[in-house]
Parts: sequence; C-alpha cells; structure tokens
Amino acid sequence: MQTTILYIGRDAEITIVMNRLLNARPEWKGICVCTDEEAVSILEAQNVDLVLLGNGIDVECEKALRSNINALKPGVKIIQHYGGGSGLLYGEIMTALS
Amino acid sequence: MSQFILHKENTRGHANHGWLNAHHSFSFANYYNPERMHFGVLRVLNDDLIDGGMGFGTHPHDNMEIITIPLAGAIAHKDSMGNSAVIKSGEIQVMSAGTGVSHSEFNALPDEKLSLLQIWLFPNKKNVTPRYDQLALDLDARRNNFQQILSPDQDDAGVWIHQDAWFSLGKFDEGFETEYKIKKGGNGVYAFVISGEVTINGQTLSKRDGLGIWDTNSISFKANAANAEVLLMDVPMEF
Repeated sequence: MQTTILYIGRDAEITIVMNRLLNARPEWKGICVCTDEEAVSILEAQNVDLVLLGNGIDVECEKALRSNINALKPGVKIIQHYGGGSGLLYGEIMTALS
Repeated sequence: MSQFILHKENTRGHANHGWLNAHHSFSFANYYNPERMHFGVLRVLNDDLIDGGMGFGTHPHDNMEIITIPLAGAIAHKDSMGNSAVIKSGEIQVMSAGTGVSHSEFNALPDEKLSLLQIWLFPNKKNVTPRYDQLALDLDARRNNFQQILSPDQDDAGVWIHQDAWFSLGKFDEGFETEYKIKKGGNGVYAFVISGEVTINGQTLSKRDGLGIWDTNSISFKANAANAEVLLMDVPMEF
C-alpha cells in the first residue's frame, strides 16, 4: 500500500526535485505544490497520510496551513522537511511514520 | 552529571558509490538508523572521499546551515547566488541555504582524491536570505589549541552561521592536555577525531570516532598521539 505524502514549498525548482524524489520510491506517492490553495484542494479531494512543510512558508501561512490541514484531515502528521533534497528525506519520513 | 554518547568509526553508515566513498555519523540518504538522527542541532556529519574530477551535480538545499571542511584536496563550488569558488584544504566553506539555493560541488583536481567533512546544522531561524562564505584558516593557530573556526557572531573568529554554535579545530602534540569550556548554557559538544588518538572525559577515541557530551560546562582533553587532530562542534541540544 502506498503512503501518500503532500509536500508544500514555495521554491518551484525544489518542488520539482521533491516530486521526483518522493515518486522514485514505489511505496510512496508524492504530491508537491507551491501554494496553500493547491494544498487545500488536494486535502479536500483525496487521502493524505503525511504533510511535509518545505521552504519559504512564513509563520502566518504555516499557522493557517496547519489549521486547515488539521480541520480537513484530523490526525494527519505534519512535519518540517529540512534540507530541500534527498539527504534527510528518507529519515524524516521513516521517523514520522514509525 | 554529564552524559555522553560514543559513535565508533566502524558503526557509522557507509555508502560506496564507486566515485564516492561516504561515511555517515548520522542518518543520511539511504542510511537510516533511528538511534542516529542528530546530536542537538547537529543533523549531518558526512565523511566523504571523492574521486578526481567527480562530484555532486547541481542540487537544491533549503533551511540548513551547511559547513564544508576539506581535509585533503580541493572542491570546486558553483551556486545559484553567482558564487564560483575553489575551497582548498586549510579553508572552510559555509552556506546558509535559507529560502533555497542550488549548487554543485566537484573535486577540483582531476587526479587526486578529495577528502572532506560536510556538516549540516538546523538553523535557529527559518527562511533566511541564502548566503555563502569561505575563509582560509591560520593553520599555525591550531597547534596545541582549539582554534575557533565558526560562531554565531559575524565579528568573531571564523565563519558565522544562523545558529548558536561554535566549531573549533585543534592539532596536538602527544601528551598535550587541556580543557574546553562550552560556550553557552544548554549546548553540548560533539567531538570528531580527524586523526590520531585522544582521550576526552575518560573516553579513548581513535581516528573518525565521534563522542557527544552534554549536561556539562566543560570537557577534559588529552592527545595520546603526535599530531592528533580533533574537530569540536559546540551546539544547542534543544531546538
């Protein structure tokens, strides 16, 4: 069974890389977006197991995002993704899902 | 009462990609060990050996303080901020990835191996403007002395980063003893032996061993071999 992971980050280049990295593993399905509106649409439309908050999300946006995520998908884990690439990604996701 | 964690050299994660022989003190890439996720804000300590002319193509980073210390050879660096530089052994490079930066890193020499330490710290502030710096270090200043090479203060010795962390490098004569005072309450120290053998707080450490110590204000140090080299990373334990 695939784990659906939603990544939200403001840098389009990093978002493309994250999409490639997340979807390179058959056990993960990655959905990567740059805007909060896109993120909310995804959360409204389908199952999400884990949310990764990426770069460039300011404090106010993060607060609103967390509130929206908790309202739309109560109990879903939300973690900060650091580093912007493959170095920490596997460990972050494994820790969050364990 | 001080606490410690010992990471012997042969317990590190290992990935040999042919052109890259990497050892990871903490979980990195495909190496995942839930017991080795970080030491305070110190998240990555990679000990990389890279073949001549080889390296990492352009890739992104964000929200991470990235410090590179070449131990032998030279790195050719290019980034999206417009920096293009070579960092040689005896120098230190720092990059605050902040809102996002892309860079490439290659062995600048075609026929020699490049040995480097790459260290990532969680920043104390997210989404800062990306920045780059490098500095040539005075190698004489680390003889029988912990030479500060990094701090949080732009006006202090070494390079600076967005974190309450201090790094020091020392190269010691056999039998030299000293004490290192931790710079800030709540910080711990992760000691990494680059070469030789040393004793820290009663623990004997060999080449590439790591020792993390916290809940203390200072550590005792003794060099057991000539030219023992040690990197101390004084970092916040809470973040």
